[in-house]
Amino acid sequence: MRHTLSETWLSLRRNVSMTISVVVTMWVSLSLFGISLLMMQQVNMMKGYWYDKIEITVYLCTTLSGGSTQAGTCEPGQETTDAQRQLIQQQLEANPDVYSVIYESKEQAFAEFQQTYKNSPILGTLTVDQMQDSFRIKLVDPQNYQGVVSRAQTMQGVQSVQDLRQVLDPLFSVLNGLRWGTMILAVLLLLAAALQIGNTIRLTAFTRRREIGIMRLVGASNSYITLPFLLESLVAGILGVAAAAATLAVALQFLVIDRAQVSIKSLAWIGWHEFFFAILVLGVVGVILAVIPTLIATRRYLRV
Amino acid sequence: MITFDDVSKVYPGQKKAALRHVNISIDKGEFVFLVGASGSGKSTFMRLILREYRPTSGRIYVAGKDLSQIRQWKVPDLRRQIGTVFQDFRLLPGKTVFENVAFALQVTGRPMAEIRRTVPEVLELVGLKGRETRMADELSGGEQQRVAIARAFVGKPKILLADEPTGNLDPNTSVGIMKLLDRINRRNTTVVMATHDATVVDQMRRRVIELIDGQVVRDQKKGVYGTD
Repeated sequence: MRHTLSETWLSLRRNVSMTISVVVTMWVSLSLFGISLLMMQQVNMMKGYWYDKIEITVYLCTTLSGGSTQAGTCEPGQETTDAQRQLIQQQLEANPDVYSVIYESKEQAFAEFQQTYKNSPILGTLTVDQMQDSFRIKLVDPQNYQGVVSRAQTMQGVQSVQDLRQVLDPLFSVLNGLRWGTMILAVLLLLAAALQIGNTIRLTAFTRRREIGIMRLVGASNSYITLPFLLESLVAGILGVAAAAATLAVALQFLVIDRAQVSIKSLAWIGWHEFFFAILVLGVVGVILAVIPTLIATRRYLRV
Repeated sequence: MITFDDVSKVYPGQKKAALRHVNISIDKGEFVFLVGASGSGKSTFMRLILREYRPTSGRIYVAGKDLSQIRQWKVPDLRRQIGTVFQDFRLLPGKTVFENVAFALQVTGRPMAEIRRTVPEVLELVGLKGRETRMADELSGGEQQRVAIARAFVGKPKILLADEPTGNLDPNTSVGIMKLLDRINRRNTTVVMATHDATVVDQMRRRVIELIDGQVVRDQKKGVYGTD
């Protein structure tokens, strides 16, 4: 054991520049990998948060609607009649998937609009008639939204049906794209790190080939011969994982916990729980990336 | 101790066989010279015993084990029962005499107490008492070969393989090395020595196996180097 440890230490010192380069590559690639893991969890959290609150809005016809292809079931230039409106409300309330239906008249919508854009110059550009009457629908199970949406679309006097998903999905697809981009970059860098470890170990094994030859001759077991190499690359790998963990921790604290969480309170943000999950994955990936290239690189010298 | 049963070896990519239908049986405690020109198959014979290669056909038994039945991870166990000495000594130049000999025990996982007890004993046996702290590469050729023999013998192997152990040494030094190998043989160690050195073979008068082109052409008790 003492021999193994001293060999490992000696080899790390002899290859100090290679060790540093391996650690840095591991550090950067694992950090990127960790970022993509954290992003994935953030997107999932936001999906869970919003999709749980999904409301469906059914917009009714106005005098301005109709005539175009997006006018739903509106008669051109005709508002939804009171009878149609009542029928729509009855049908919606009869649906077992619907939890509640709230009617919002265009006057209410206009008032809310004025409230929201109190200080904005956009305020003067809209009139009450440009707003729409609508039904706000809450669902029993927000995951089952499609049936309600498609039924509402066929009712007479409905201009359009909107659910929150249509608004959020483009956002999520951008976030997902970013995540995959980071992931691909991370994988490429991880591959480079693995090859680098393989080369470093090959070099070390080559400089020690005489010793390895004697070890094999006198009957040292393969595991005994491989152990110093494994330890060497494991040390480099673990240093890389530790550096990446520190980087991610700093990023999480300063970017998410101190800033994003404070300024955008209405969203669910990732925290230390998600961080530890990501670090666990990084640790496993780091160890695998250190061990496998080492085993491949030393196999040649162990072949009997 | 060592049995070759109709063993042939053809190296991949070569047409000519390195060994052809070799049948040899070497008993426990025998001293055997393996003679023949370069390329006659002596080294192949040695390497097959060490299971560095597998024979193309035939079976080899070493220390009671069928080498074709030994699993890959058991090969180190086989090699612990075989000591090996080469023409070029193969010592570790950065280490002392003691460390070079102790190395063989260290890397096979023997306890430190055993190493401290056994290594000086073996160094005394090979005539290097008092040289323990010298660096291996500072020694003369004959002394280096004694260190190599000590390293091969320190694990108390049943078999000692020596591939041209006197090839790099002058005749006087060779005599010393041969006496040492003889002493080891008297401790009930089977010795197989491949050599070109006619003088050494003729002096010792031990069993001689001669190989030509991979075939055994002579197997003689108390033989000499030449065929006369």
